[in-house]
Amino acid sequence: MASDSNSSESQRIAQQRLRIIAGHLQKHKDDDSGTIATECKAEANKGTVPRKRQEIMKWNGWGYSDSKFLFNKKGQAEFTGKRYRLSGMVLPSLQDWFENTFGASVNHKSPATPALNASAVPPASLNEAFVEDLKATGIPFSHEAEDRVFRAHGHCLHEIFALREGKKFERVPDMVVWPNCHNDVVKIVELACKHNVCLIPYGGGTSVTSALECPPEETRCIVSLDTSQMNRILWIDEKNLVAHVEAGIIGQDLERLLNESGYCTGHEPDSMEFSSLGGWVATRASGMKKNVYGNIEDLVIHLKVVTPRGVIEKSCQGPRMSTGPDIHHFILGSEGTLGVVTEVTMKIRPIPEYQKYGSVVFPNFEAGVACLREVAKQRCAPASIRLMDNEQFQFGHALKPQVSSIFTNFVEGLKKFYITKFKGFDPHQLVVATLLFEGDRERVLQHEKQVYDIAATFGGLAAGEDNGQRGYILTFVIAYLRDLGMDYYVVAESFETSVPWDSLCFSLLLSFFRVLDLCRNVKERINRECKERGVQFQPLTSCRVTQTYDAGACVYFYFAFNYRGLADPVHTYERVEHAAREEILANGGSLSHHHGVGKLRKEWMKESISSLGVGMLQSVKDYVDPDNIFGNRNLL
Amino acid sequence: MSFLGHRSLMYKQGSSHSQDPMLKRDCFEDILEERRNSSDLKYALRCYAPVLYKGVTPCKANMLKNIVLQSDQLHYVINQVSQESGEAPDIIQEEASVILEEMAHRLQISTVRCFAFALSKAFKTLFQHVCVNEEGIQRLQQAIQEHPVVLLPSHRSYMDFLLMSYILYTYDLALPVIAAGMDFMGMKFVGEMLRMSGAFFIRRSFGGDKLYWAVFSEYVKTMLRNGFAPIEFFLEGTRSRTCKSLTPKLGLLNIVIEPFFKGEVFDVNLVPVSISYERILEESLYARELLGVPKPKESTSGLLKARRILSEDYGSIHVYFGQPVSVRSLAQGKVNRSTYNLFPRHIPRKPMEETQSFVNDTAYRIVRLQEDNMVLKPWVLMASLLLQNLEGLELSVLTEQTVWLRGLALSYAAFLDWPDQAPTAKVVSSSLALHRGLACVSGDRVSLVVGEPLGPVTPEEALFNRAVSVLSCASYRNQVLHVFLRPAMLAVAMHTAASSKKNEVYNCFSFLWDMFSNDFILCPGDTDFEEACYLLVKTGAVQMPQQDIVMTDIGQPTLSFFNGLLEPFLQGYQVVCRYLCEEASEGLTEKQYIPAVRSFAVKLILAGSAG
Repeated sequence: MASDSNSSESQRIAQQRLRIIAGHLQKHKDDDSGTIATECKAEANKGTVPRKRQEIMKWNGWGYSDSKFLFNKKGQAEFTGKRYRLSGMVLPSLQDWFENTFGASVNHKSPATPALNASAVPPASLNEAFVEDLKATGIPFSHEAEDRVFRAHGHCLHEIFALREGKKFERVPDMVVWPNCHNDVVKIVELACKHNVCLIPYGGGTSVTSALECPPEETRCIVSLDTSQMNRILWIDEKNLVAHVEAGIIGQDLERLLNESGYCTGHEPDSMEFSSLGGWVATRASGMKKNVYGNIEDLVIHLKVVTPRGVIEKSCQGPRMSTGPDIHHFILGSEGTLGVVTEVTMKIRPIPEYQKYGSVVFPNFEAGVACLREVAKQRCAPASIRLMDNEQFQFGHALKPQVSSIFTNFVEGLKKFYITKFKGFDPHQLVVATLLFEGDRERVLQHEKQVYDIAATFGGLAAGEDNGQRGYILTFVIAYLRDLGMDYYVVAESFETSVPWDSLCFSLLLSFFRVLDLCRNVKERINRECKERGVQFQPLTSCRVTQTYDAGACVYFYFAFNYRGLADPVHTYERVEHAAREEILANGGSLSHHHGVGKLRKEWMKESISSLGVGMLQSVKDYVDPDNIFGNRNLL
Repeated sequence: MSFLGHRSLMYKQGSSHSQDPMLKRDCFEDILEERRNSSDLKYALRCYAPVLYKGVTPCKANMLKNIVLQSDQLHYVINQVSQESGEAPDIIQEEASVILEEMAHRLQISTVRCFAFALSKAFKTLFQHVCVNEEGIQRLQQAIQEHPVVLLPSHRSYMDFLLMSYILYTYDLALPVIAAGMDFMGMKFVGEMLRMSGAFFIRRSFGGDKLYWAVFSEYVKTMLRNGFAPIEFFLEGTRSRTCKSLTPKLGLLNIVIEPFFKGEVFDVNLVPVSISYERILEESLYARELLGVPKPKESTSGLLKARRILSEDYGSIHVYFGQPVSVRSLAQGKVNRSTYNLFPRHIPRKPMEETQSFVNDTAYRIVRLQEDNMVLKPWVLMASLLLQNLEGLELSVLTEQTVWLRGLALSYAAFLDWPDQAPTAKVVSSSLALHRGLACVSGDRVSLVVGEPLGPVTPEEALFNRAVSVLSCASYRNQVLHVFLRPAMLAVAMHTAASSKKNEVYNCFSFLWDMFSNDFILCPGDTDFEEACYLLVKTGAVQMPQQDIVMTDIGQPTLSFFNGLLEPFLQGYQVVCRYLCEEASEGLTEKQYIPAVRSFAVKLILAGSAG
């Protein structure tokens, strides 16, 4: 600890602190409740993410190196590794679906460059004075090409595509630093200011908004500040149900560690395997179970942020304050333009006693949306409720693993027969809502009945727990599937928005929703743009309603196409996505619900929040970071 | 749609859409030919299974009414009206229901089949050919499946909408619902027949009636949004009695475009349809109506009397289904749709200025597209020449000049239906034969026919008869005006300008443009002056050295023809101005105004001081 001073005063304080910690530990032994505290650097790093991320993660794709989809010699799809429920399984229907949907063929491969070509990486231009001072602090850093490239991108299609193709990089960070705690960050930011070095905070690296891209016009030395080693839970306060956590922790570690003490945050964005707490704060993330736990802005109680002007934090942890505009809201969604989030105090909940998945099949998307709206209106949404359109429903089916027993196959067959034949559902129209209930057992069952009753009035038919659970598994593996697609000339991306309901229902057959209009118009716009831009194959456009609110919904789109015959597929893709976003905005959708703006959607900021609004944000930036040390140029 | 890009591209060259040398028009098929060779009854009873908008099941008329009556849009207005008037919402709701009852169509296929049978018989006696561009039909069929379609035919005759439905039935296309004026309701039986063949009736004026407007617009939008049927209405609002296009009315167009702006539909396809008649059934009726003889009220018995019409030959009809115009493409970059996002969609709002001017431009554009594809018969050119030679002219001269005018019209991309094989003399004589009621050849001279009533006539009566024949003839000349309008305005401007300086000519041109913007289809923002210059230069009548516009050696016939062409319109304004200066008293009402001008003109003509 900071005890290089000889004064007896500071020794006294240090001793007192140790006593308190010892007390805590003692108490922890006797009694599970109370406060569990950990001091900076007091413990070995137990996080999933090593400094050299490329040791366990793909350098040019999603997720773990050991987990990937591939078509085996028999042409059957397989998911490798041991980490997921789907791992090691054969997916017999995926090939047919893939070939039919995209007009692709397993014989037409577009393999990625096997390894990073270090000569394609621009040499590091280091600020020697900064490096000297940094060495003195003992904070680890690197300027190896692999480390720098890994932090030069997020997971936008164009970024991954460029990596796979071995394209030359225009600009990558010149070095990477790994602070270990808040104080390390303070030192780094001070040095950066002193030597006029550009800092780009890097959390989980799962950005899909070009937020991590280095601005090519940046001439200063760019330092990527990797927060992955700041991954401890510093204390848990069971009395107030809050935990104080270092912001570099990634979602899966946070949940796992809290679970060990019987708690959870309930914040589960689809990227939670890899995305970090600080990243959630910086992008205004949303978790799938927000209906019970809230979005990130509802979960945060206290923030500690290191900026070029110093450290921002509030002086108390009251649950709500009327102290002018909430300064947290300058930080939430600031996308790394103001500083680094180092520590967060956030709400925690006891792990729910009972969890149950569920699913409902509707005859068509319209009926499904009408049902979700009604559920939201009655404020009885389960922890998660999502509505997949028919394309996604079929996609989900294509991911069914080989069934081991004849019996389950038989039951599935019966179910299918009942839904499509007996109930008269058209398999090319029907859609499925997936549900997740949480709470104590009795309440869950009651809640479940309430939701199924509402669904029934919209023609919905309960379709079992398995279908529900499969829907959520899909979320975690879908990013891996994009890599498979890219091996066979298929590019894919997702984007999201939020939109008011604007409902108008007459009967089951006839309902008008702005949500529906937006989905239809965006899909149609994509199809039309693809045709006009020379895409030879029908694109896949699919959407799902992933969140419901009183006043609207969050809609998530998937979009993929076979790019054989296109000279510059990424450019084509970008033009189409651009058009799709314009369509979203014209139809009353927002610029983003939870992905953020980054550099990808900057051009619409003024239109979205007015030029006065942009001015307000700019003046905060100018005050907090007058020298643009946090120079990733996101947002504004 | 490449329509917009194409147009702006043409502008850069100082030309316009209609002068595109590459402009290709489709060929026509005569749909009566098959009718003459096979059973009408079988035709009327054949299987009719049109393709529909994205496979919707057509909605029963009653269900449609329910949807409208239950809509949030209508409820909002009902509550508003109720609060303003103090009446209970139930009563207003009842009123709305009555309005809708009066308005709504009751399309049923059996009535359509009756019409199909009867019209087949009638068309075969009245017309030689009914020609349709089948490629246009194919485009329409495609469009109907993709997006809601709005059919926008030109309006010259009562026949128009019967004809449209007849054609769509013939080609197995979805039958349209048609906005018709309330006048037809006077004809009890016929009105109901029309209703059952897809007409819905709207009052001619309902300016301040919020409830009426709400019911009406919701009714139309519901049909559009759900693609239950193509919607058909006449942009011109009423039949043009003069055969020149009327300036468009915007009310209904606003209504059908709004669902696109609100994102309720991905796009709306506007399909301009040009219906050209070789002879219009109402020919002489119109002339009399224009001269102040009241229009006969639509009545069933009147219709029966009109049967004598059946004994005459009305030549052929050409129906041209234009390229569908995508509202989405038109609006690209002109209207910011997101401004609609801050209001609940069910609350009616006045369209924004940006939208209004977009709708206005669109309307004008569509009418111009209608004009572009109007088929012109040789007679139209002859009528233009005869009207500049009211005392008559030698047949050989007329023939020679007609050939000359044909060349001019063709170089201005007129859609001329000139029989290819026949010698010119034959073409001229058969045109004269068909229109023997309007012009006759005596000796070697061709002149207008003036009806000679029995017994002694007053000079006023003689003048009236003469006016009828001139106006009837003018209705044919008017059909070609849109081809010549811009160069003709330039010719007049050159004639009146004090010098040949380009900017002075331009000023005169602008003056004429403003003055004529109610007479002709002139869209604000179009580069009409450049287009006119381009065309006159192209045909060699005018050259433009530096800052001047001057006539060439060979330009005289063209320019004087053009001056003569617009002369009557200029005179019209002159007479009105003289009237207003010399005779008009204070407190002249609109009602008195037209008869007063008319008798003032009579006085002038009889006194010999006006043509």
